[in-house]
Amino acid sequence: MDAGKLIKMANDIGRFFAAPAAAGPARDQALFGIADHIKRFWDPRMRSAILAALDAGHAQALDEPVAAALLAHRTLLTPVAKA
Amino acid sequence: MYSKDTIDFGTPAKPGAATVAVDIDGVAVNVPAGTSVMRAAMEAGIAVPKLCATDSLDAFGSCRLCVVEIEGKRGCPASCTTIVEPGMKVHTQTPKLAQLRRGVMELYISDHPLDCLTCAANGNCELQNMAGAFAITHFDAPTDTSNPYFSFDASKCIVCSRCVRACDEVQGTFALTVLGRGFDSKISAGGKPFMDSDCVSCGACVQACPTATLMEKSVIQLGQPDRSVVTTCAYCGVGCSFRAEMKGSQVVRMVPNKDGHANEGHSCVKGRFAWGYATHPDRIKHPMIRASIHDPWREVSWDEAVTYAASEFRRIQAKYGRGAVGGITSSRCTNEETYLVQKLVRAAFGNNNVDTCARVCHSPTGYGLKTTLGESAGTQDFESVEHADVVIVMGANPTDAHPVFASRLKQRLIAGAKLIVIDPRKTDLVSSPHIRAAHHLQLRPGTNVAMINSLAHVIVTENRVDEAYVAARCEPADFARWREFVALPKNSPEAMEAVTGVPAATARAAARLYATAGNGAIYYGLGVTEHSQGSTTVMGIANLAMATGNIGRTGVGVNPLRGQNNVQGSCDMGSFPHEFPGYRHVSDDATRQLFEKAWGVALDNEPGLRIPNMFDASLDASFRGMYVQGEDIAHSDPNTHHVEAALSALECLVVHDIFLNETAKYAHVFLPGASFLEKDGTFTNAERRISRVRKVMPPLAGKADWEGTVALAAALGYQMDYKHPSEIMDEIARLTPTFHGVSYAKLDELGSIQWPCNDAAPTGTPIMHEQAFVRGKGRFMVTEYVATDEKVGPRFPLLLTTGRILTQYNVGAQTRRTDNVAWHSEDTLEIHPHDAETRGIVHGDRVALRSRVGETTLHARVTERVAPGVVYTTFHHPESGANVVTTDNSDWATNCPEYKVTAVEVAKVMSVAAWQANFDEFHREQMRHLPARPASSPKGGR
Ligand code: SF4
Ligand code: SF4
Ligand code: SF4
Ligand code: FES
Repeated sequence: MDAGKLIKMANDIGRFFAAPAAAGPARDQALFGIADHIKRFWDPRMRSAILAALDAGHAQALDEPVAAALLAHRTLLTPVAKA
Repeated sequence: MYSKDTIDFGTPAKPGAATVAVDIDGVAVNVPAGTSVMRAAMEAGIAVPKLCATDSLDAFGSCRLCVVEIEGKRGCPASCTTIVEPGMKVHTQTPKLAQLRRGVMELYISDHPLDCLTCAANGNCELQNMAGAFAITHFDAPTDTSNPYFSFDASKCIVCSRCVRACDEVQGTFALTVLGRGFDSKISAGGKPFMDSDCVSCGACVQACPTATLMEKSVIQLGQPDRSVVTTCAYCGVGCSFRAEMKGSQVVRMVPNKDGHANEGHSCVKGRFAWGYATHPDRIKHPMIRASIHDPWREVSWDEAVTYAASEFRRIQAKYGRGAVGGITSSRCTNEETYLVQKLVRAAFGNNNVDTCARVCHSPTGYGLKTTLGESAGTQDFESVEHADVVIVMGANPTDAHPVFASRLKQRLIAGAKLIVIDPRKTDLVSSPHIRAAHHLQLRPGTNVAMINSLAHVIVTENRVDEAYVAARCEPADFARWREFVALPKNSPEAMEAVTGVPAATARAAARLYATAGNGAIYYGLGVTEHSQGSTTVMGIANLAMATGNIGRTGVGVNPLRGQNNVQGSCDMGSFPHEFPGYRHVSDDATRQLFEKAWGVALDNEPGLRIPNMFDASLDASFRGMYVQGEDIAHSDPNTHHVEAALSALECLVVHDIFLNETAKYAHVFLPGASFLEKDGTFTNAERRISRVRKVMPPLAGKADWEGTVALAAALGYQMDYKHPSEIMDEIARLTPTFHGVSYAKLDELGSIQWPCNDAAPTGTPIMHEQAFVRGKGRFMVTEYVATDEKVGPRFPLLLTTGRILTQYNVGAQTRRTDNVAWHSEDTLEIHPHDAETRGIVHGDRVALRSRVGETTLHARVTERVAPGVVYTTFHHPESGANVVTTDNSDWATNCPEYKVTAVEVAKVMSVAAWQANFDEFHREQMRHLPARPASSPKGGR
């Protein structure tokens, strides 16, 4: 999957959930909102690809809350291997 | 069961209980107060002669054929304009009345040619019926045949004005007038031939005409029908009910059904007249296969085609993984067919890679309304608009895209409701005969959220929130957060004016009007959803409606106007990669187990790929096979270069369609589809109304689409045993709570049903969220405005927005193959005179339209409909390449493409763009690959 496109999509999601949240519990909620949206709407290969992009050092292309959300909720987002 | 529809009661029905008792020719009958004597007589089974009255129009009292005698009253009043009174004794047949009526008929007949035996209306002419055996005279008058679908033979006109009133009171176009007085009076379409007049060819006047003056050309050509079948229009999301009037298996005409709850006897030019595509010579009637898209097609049996497709899908899955194939369901096919395609993907492919074209139109509606209100659907029935006091129409152009709903809306506006239009274009509703919007917020494309936030700001800061409603019905914490957010100065109309381009005073006035004028209803379309913040705008609209207490009763609500006939239905039927039928997430164990048990297979608990993700995955080789039913993604989806590359990379593309559409040019297997006339099923319209589609002719290619899917599933080793679509609906009802009470038997009984239909609402739910929201408490969402990345600059200084027009439908595969091309034979580029002048462009010039992703050319149409800085085009003709220019930016929540905002430049050119030249060449090559067939024009023209 085109990492640049996935990063843009993730940043777009981040701008909705993180908009009003600067710090505190609201921020935790925002980060969960971002991760949960990606978990509920992205096919596993897309989630693997964005986590791989994060690991490959693309974090700076991701908006800060999005990178933080991916890191904080990596387990939720990592696809479970299937037969 | 539909026989009532064929009776003309003379005047419209009145609401309420039948409490007024009258006696007609000795027959006692009870009718609601306000009923005409004529209608009461019909209810008693007594037909009063009439000419100028018909039950779709208010009585007019001009012909005086319907006179009656009433005991205790002097003279002979017209029964159509006389209202019943308790105890009234009426006589409809007396010697005196017979004499009066004979006199009236003699006057009419003396001005009418009685060439009845050769007249197309013979046997179905009210004048003829009334005339009996009167004498014969002729006079000559010209016949206007300019409209492709109906003719106007003035020599047969009795100047009853039914047509004029139908055009005014039903359609709302005001195209017809009576010129002159007395015996010299005549009907005129503004002094012009119909085609040059304001007429929009809705057919209401033809329907209302009691003689053969206004007559469908198909009836003139084919003669009177001998049977009729009630079915549903397969074009737009209004979902009009029609009687298909047939001679054998030949459609003679489509007549809007008076009992149809969505349209109540009205229609538009598409459903009423543009059905000829169904038997167009371009129809492909045999399955075909080929190894490469550069090979000729080979006609094969159904068996061979599905066996080949199945073996290819299995080969691809073995090589690239189970998730390497997927399917696309169609918003043009029936609920039952859509349900089967998603079932095939989930059960036979074993993944959730199923999506529908709602992805590219109303997926943000599903997300936004589910998040705020709890259900992915509009809140009202269409009838509700008749009780609205102020209507916001946002990003929708109903007079073109939802014409029959627009007619209802117009009648309400003419009767006094106020209108606010939020649209970058000056649509017809902004100003048309007898209608003027109170406010037109002509915002810049891409600034919907800014606009909605500034309206909300006014409502909150001017204390116009319906506090009691919000306190009783909404989540308090979410509301408090939202209130604080929209009250911020940055969201004020003054601050947002620089973003939206809408004067703050206009925005303030519009917000006040919506909040204070009584029942406020919001109707919106793709101008809301097809944006990078489409879902955010939908939530913003729901916020506005909740804050003002405008959800949960008649006359208010949040109403998405759905594009295609079955967009609502295809979404309901589980066409999304993350949701089972009934909008239940695939990760929900209880739901998944329900389907696993019913379908006898294990199901995937992870969401699949959405359409744009399928394209991306195709380009990175993790997705290689696709089954597309009834969609033309190569034409309709954005960034054509990207789509073409993705389709070309597929190893097996199966297209199931009635024509070799643009997508099929990239296909390896073609399964011939069936039109809506060739199958049984149901469609669900924009008001959640489920209506029957009934087969009136056998499938031209031997199988209805659901049978094609069943065959493909069987070839994949998964059996689906259905003998009739009603059994598919029974399965849907068993597995989907909102459909529990739906069955074909109940649909036959009630005519149509609005879901939810279950034990709590056995006859359906016209208005949703009446006592409480489906999610419990309504949820206000904070809607921060985020500017799109698609920004104008020196290279691309204009904003392109796209849409559609009345006579063509979406990708045009159907309407381009009808006489509707007489109105719209090509897509043009609307450009403001100022922008045209600075570029040296005049009306009719060929111009290049360039964006950062592609270039095409169109002819320019210089008009003030668009604001300076904005250009507009339609996408009904593939060679126009509108989507060569649109980008793959998309809604953050759903990936719905941002069709409505593309930064472009426009310049005068002399020749077509490179993409168009390639398109032409590829088109010719693909036509050569077809087996020899009757000659037809390229690209599906007539
Ligand atoms: S055209 Fe038909 S409906 Fe119109 S005035 Fe003449 S007879 Fe009546
Ligand atoms: S077809 Fe419709 S728009 Fe045209 S004149 Fe008749 S009623 Fe009016
Ligand atoms: S309004 Fe829509 S559903 Fe009704 S006839 Fe026209 S296209 Fe068909
Ligand atoms: S039908 Fe009553 S006056 Fe014409």
